[in-house]
Amino acid sequence: MNSQSPSRYANSAILIHWLTALLIFVAFPLGKYMHDLPLSPQKLELFSYHKWLGITVLLLFLPRLLVRMAKPPPTALPAPAWQHIAANVTHALLYLLILLVPLSGWLMSSAKGVSVVYLGLIPLPDMVDKNKELGSLLRNFHEALSTGLFVLVALHLAAAIKHHVIDKDGTLRRMLPGRNV
Amino acid sequence: MSSLSRLFLLGLLCMAKVASSAEFNQVQHEKSSVSFGYKQMGVAMDGKFRKFVVNLNFDPSKPATANAQVDIDLASIDTGTSEGDDEVAGKQWFNSKAFPSAKFASTSVKALGADRYEVTGKLSIKGKSVDAIAPFTFKPQGPAGVFDGALTIKRLDFAIGEGPWADVGAVANEVQIKFHIVATALPTTAAPKK
Repeated sequence: MNSQSPSRYANSAILIHWLTALLIFVAFPLGKYMHDLPLSPQKLELFSYHKWLGITVLLLFLPRLLVRMAKPPPTALPAPAWQHIAANVTHALLYLLILLVPLSGWLMSSAKGVSVVYLGLIPLPDMVDKNKELGSLLRNFHEALSTGLFVLVALHLAAAIKHHVIDKDGTLRRMLPGRNV
Repeated sequence: MSSLSRLFLLGLLCMAKVASSAEFNQVQHEKSSVSFGYKQMGVAMDGKFRKFVVNLNFDPSKPATANAQVDIDLASIDTGTSEGDDEVAGKQWFNSKAFPSAKFASTSVKALGADRYEVTGKLSIKGKSVDAIAPFTFKPQGPAGVFDGALTIKRLDFAIGEGPWADVGAVANEVQIKFHIVATALPTTAAPKK
């Protein structure tokens, strides 16, 4: 490990990265869509699915940290210093929001009196009591944080595409499954 | 075992002594509550009714002569959100414009032992009547008596939640109605104090 840095992310890291990406790509538009729906059984179902997706994102965070500690990411490819700084800041904020968006949703659910029962099977504890004011405050938090996450994901995606298409370097390939090159 | 049964008899005697003094019939509505619980997508939810009228006559020494009538103002429902309150007032749920109240009228009350009782009666909601049995406890509390009980109904028996809402996967069919009624005795029927 100390002799040579890997050229790619570990397979476990790649798996968790893309799984989280997939979950966010479903949960975000679902969240935007569902909350304007008139009350219906379908709306209740969609809210539940959205919550389950979010809690899964939260659950994936712990193995993600463990994998990162056990198998550190490859060293960054050569690029201007500002890009390294921008990448590090974006990655740190992405991690933060991947934690805070589901957490705020969980708290908001409790405050609104609709606790989360993960996959309809596992009731999650309510960390705050039912409270209307707190509920709408957390709703605003959840929405603002989700928008923040959306912006960061867009930035992250744009940078990955830029590296792949314009710079034609291996930045994106390091996060794709494949052979070590 | 014999000491336990003696204790039980003693308890009964004490209760009879307290009980013989009063027929509880003055409901303290501000101290009472009618609430409900149900499951939505597997999540336990609750709500309450803000307005209801309870008339009852209950003498713990003569439970068989007891009776109760309950009238719940369905528009006073509190589901936790205004969206939910508006929805359940609609035609598919309570249709509370056409059927403004839910009514319960007892037909019999029987003692189950200790402080436990059971009231049988007719529950009428949205033009449909169903026989209902609600076990409850009665506990004296100072000059008042407290009735606590619950009964589970199936909302579809009353067509509460029609159309797409008839899907019990989203909102469960079983709804538990809980009541907490505080009543005092009219001074005239209570044993005179000297």
